[in-house]
Amino acid sequence: MSETYRIAIVGSGPAGLSAAARAAQLGLSHVLLEKTDHLSDTIYKYQKGKHVMATPAQLVLRSDMSFEAGKREAILGIWDEQAASNKVNVRYKSDVKAIEGTGEAIKGSIMRVATRNRDGSTGVQEIQRHKPPYKITMTDGSTIIAENVVLAIGTQGNPNLMRCPGGDLPHVQYQLDDPKEYIDEHIVIIGAGDAGIENAMGLAEDPAQQNVVTIVNRGADFPTAKDANVKGLLAARDAGRLNVALHTETAAVEPGWITFNTRDGEQKIKCDRIIARIGSAPPRTFVEQCGIEFASQDRLAFPKLSPVFETTAPGIFVIGALAGYPLIKHCMNQGHDVVEFINGNTSLKPADEPILEAKFRHLPGKQSVDQWLEILQTNVIVLNGMNMLQMREFMLDSDVHYYKRGDVIFERNAPGSSVFAIATGSVSVQVSPTDPSITIPIETGTIFGEVGLISGRKRGATVVAAENTICVEISRTAALKLQSSVPAAKRAIERISTERQLLQMFGSGLKPADLKEVLDTYEINQIMAGKPVINEGENGDDIYVIRQGSMVVEKKINGKPVFLSYLPAGSYIGEMALIGGTKRTATVRAAIKSEVIRLEGYAFKALLQKKPELVAKLQKDMAGRQDVNAFIEAKKDSFSGVVDMYSNVANFLVDNGIGEATDVLLIDENLCVGCDNCEKACADSHDGLSRLDREAGRTYAHLHVPTSCRHCEHPHCMADCPPNAIHRGPDGEVFIDDTCIGCGNCQRNCPYGVIRMDAVPPKKPGLFNWLLFGAGPGPGEPSKKWAYKNTPVGVEKAKKAIKCDMCAGIKGGPACVRACPTGAAIRVSPEQFLTVARLEREGA
Amino acid sequence: MASKATQTDRLRGDGSHESFLQHKRFRWLKIASLICVIAIVTYAMVDVQPRHNGGTWYGYTLGTIGFLLILWLTTLGIRKRFMTRNAWSLKGWTSAHVYLGLALISVATLHTGFQFGWNIHTLSYVLMMIVIISGLFGILAYGTLPQQLSFNRDAVTETQMLESLRSIDRQLHDSAQSLPQRYAELVDISLQQDPFGGGVFARLSRRYPHCATRKVHNLIREETGGRVDRGDDALERVDALLNRKLSTLARVRKHLQLKALLEFWLYVHVPLTFALIAALTAHVVSVFFYW
Repeated sequence: MSETYRIAIVGSGPAGLSAAARAAQLGLSHVLLEKTDHLSDTIYKYQKGKHVMATPAQLVLRSDMSFEAGKREAILGIWDEQAASNKVNVRYKSDVKAIEGTGEAIKGSIMRVATRNRDGSTGVQEIQRHKPPYKITMTDGSTIIAENVVLAIGTQGNPNLMRCPGGDLPHVQYQLDDPKEYIDEHIVIIGAGDAGIENAMGLAEDPAQQNVVTIVNRGADFPTAKDANVKGLLAARDAGRLNVALHTETAAVEPGWITFNTRDGEQKIKCDRIIARIGSAPPRTFVEQCGIEFASQDRLAFPKLSPVFETTAPGIFVIGALAGYPLIKHCMNQGHDVVEFINGNTSLKPADEPILEAKFRHLPGKQSVDQWLEILQTNVIVLNGMNMLQMREFMLDSDVHYYKRGDVIFERNAPGSSVFAIATGSVSVQVSPTDPSITIPIETGTIFGEVGLISGRKRGATVVAAENTICVEISRTAALKLQSSVPAAKRAIERISTERQLLQMFGSGLKPADLKEVLDTYEINQIMAGKPVINEGENGDDIYVIRQGSMVVEKKINGKPVFLSYLPAGSYIGEMALIGGTKRTATVRAAIKSEVIRLEGYAFKALLQKKPELVAKLQKDMAGRQDVNAFIEAKKDSFSGVVDMYSNVANFLVDNGIGEATDVLLIDENLCVGCDNCEKACADSHDGLSRLDREAGRTYAHLHVPTSCRHCEHPHCMADCPPNAIHRGPDGEVFIDDTCIGCGNCQRNCPYGVIRMDAVPPKKPGLFNWLLFGAGPGPGEPSKKWAYKNTPVGVEKAKKAIKCDMCAGIKGGPACVRACPTGAAIRVSPEQFLTVARLEREGA
Repeated sequence: MASKATQTDRLRGDGSHESFLQHKRFRWLKIASLICVIAIVTYAMVDVQPRHNGGTWYGYTLGTIGFLLILWLTTLGIRKRFMTRNAWSLKGWTSAHVYLGLALISVATLHTGFQFGWNIHTLSYVLMMIVIISGLFGILAYGTLPQQLSFNRDAVTETQMLESLRSIDRQLHDSAQSLPQRYAELVDISLQQDPFGGGVFARLSRRYPHCATRKVHNLIREETGGRVDRGDDALERVDALLNRKLSTLARVRKHLQLKALLEFWLYVHVPLTFALIAALTAHVVSVFFYW
């Protein structure tokens, strides 16, 4: 005969433990089921001595268990003590296998579980839900009966596995118990979330262990890691204790070695051990078999929950990491709250209630926090995939504003990297800088301002409320977190930005509705530097749109690849084969690591049939491209050397980062007399500090790329600026504002070494004082010695990051170009410079 | 994608670029030619009595134009160093400076009415012609030397070249420690000498007849030349290092020569401009004094 309880709590982590303690305090009959022989296995498995953090700081802890930041051992010790003193009924070594309702069948409540078979086909399994009480079966066959079940099983059970070739080798592990265990090894940690960073720091902490530790991060940002961890990691890197590989993904694993895909192509390093900390997915199959529905089909989606954490199976509650929020404090509060709810306390408000109340207070209409969250979640498309719990967490990082009809939400060229989502009402976008009456409406539910998020640019247009409107302003951090933890939101943001990009690029009177079929088939692909998207001579009729990065087009002529053209982000490729029905006519490869949107050929063809204007546009663009191809082929016969030179110069420039540049200083060394007037002019235009080094940098065929900012499309320097002081200006310049704290992150992140850390020197005497009386150091940057001697005693200026700002705000434009006496210095954007026009000028 | 229109669009045009000689499709060449043609035609057409000279109304006109032109040409030195705002281009100024300076030949020569003598007036003319000829050398240097400079340095900066010389010197010093006294002293001669000494002439001609490194290398080569290099001999290593030092020296010396050639004409051009302005002032004052 099974024992019967009012509440069975599955999992004794912070959430389950807190729930059990509350149940014990309330005197409810309860059991806490733990599959191992100790409490809180996830934290138990943390590295020895790991410092456990208590974020978010503004959240009040509400639990019968206490918790504050500290060492793993101390926390576990306190919990063991408090579990005993609270008289928590723990049943160890109870690994739950199944949970089934034993009451009558609930009419019409059938759970449909999508199943995926090994052969790739999918099916649907139907499960009839039954009323409580629930029978809980353990792996050892024993059972218990409970009226309510609280699932607090976390996600630890199913770490995401490495999927590259060799990912199943024995030296790949998903867990690090004791970092002191490993000595003199080359260890690679995959994934720079909190777990990965803490493992890496632990392994590299003691230099006497002689470990060579490399941590691999897919991007340049660390959106899923805590700020303090990221700072610690970067400090350790700067101290030379470990390596941080950014923009890197694993390509293959073999014994003793690991191969990465990086921005610079493939890289192979020594590796004795791999610790993969690439997150975890909820143990979904088990949960679904209990009759619990998930928010979406996404692999990383979370269960559907009511505001009291109840799932679609009545009487089963889900809290903690499985519910979508992995922070300890949150888990413990939920444990407390869920038991209160089960016990009939319906008036209890979550612990973050006062914070959220303050955020919603100024909105019209007297709604409760829950009602507001509900409105936002249902109205805003990108938030649809979130449950109420995630919504609460999300709103802690975001803001909500009320705008009256005609209020300006943001102005063109205003700085800002947040995304706005319309909860109620609508806005209009003033697309023309000169005529505010030309507007495009944006309706309820969708987002705007996403360009600021994607490329760090200033606002491209003024947006005004078209009626009384409520908008959620999602900070860049919250948006990144949203995209990484709610795949549905990521897809929604991607889809909207893709749709806008296609509409803008193709024009031709296209409407969002026309693109529906095309967008239903789109796919975003990452292309590593140097890898082709389209190969000459292959079959294929898909259209690709360059979303990020840039591409070069090449054609084989007499067996040699010849550079045809350069395509920046925002261009499309593949139309020739689609329209002409031919094989691919040229090879297109990524100049730098890029992202392309792939549109299915058949869907696009269908669109073309409906839109003759679009056909005309594509044909016009295609004719232009074919002219270029024909021109180069014709020249190749007669002026082979010149064409080769053109091709080589183009490749040289692409190799030197021009592929991601928007505006770059080049020096024609056929004309440069080495007077350094460009550097002097730069210094004299900017507080006496030059932002360029003319002589340094690479040269090919007398074309010199000096050390000077390229104003990258996706600036590396912006990746990690603690005060968020790096912005893109209205003319595309990337600049650093006065809030720079001099940390040097941007300098380290810049692959081109164009940022320097320096203090502004004292003001020089005027030019005529120097010319006539020899006062001061003369034009250009004063020497360190002069600056030191002339700095007033007691005045210490901080070293700050200094970089080119393209002479923003200086009438006349960049000083380096204006001050060149011979015309050697030019500023170019790659798409203007890397054209065949250049070939024509060079005499072919 | 946000639009990429930038304030630099007008500076870069279609991505093409012109040198200071071609600036704006030879705008200043055309203007300067026009000035010359007008000067020559009017010189031939205007009938002044008793004959053309600087003292006629026509001569005064040309003289005034020439004097103002010289003063304006001099201001290039200020423009170059005076980094003010607004859309001016130093390249445009250089272009105008070159062509208008050349136009001065005809304006000033016609101003003289071909009357020369041993006086302050002719001195001014001669100084002006020297300044113009030195300027012509400058155009020649600017037109031909940058390619050589670029080719010679091969993306290596001057600082890097000197750093690599220092590094070779350090290695030479270390390698010489294990050599017999006689050789160590030889190496020391190379280390002690300033390899770029020898004055302006050495720098411009790139002739360093007293280069200690070459002499020392020749002496050591006499020793090592006949032996088989087994790769572990200290003297052979010093030989190789001296050889490397020589080739690095050759590159640095060429670099310094080219830089000196690009600059040295200015040491004639600029001081003589000031002498010219002084002489011109005397010329003008004396003309009005004796009116």
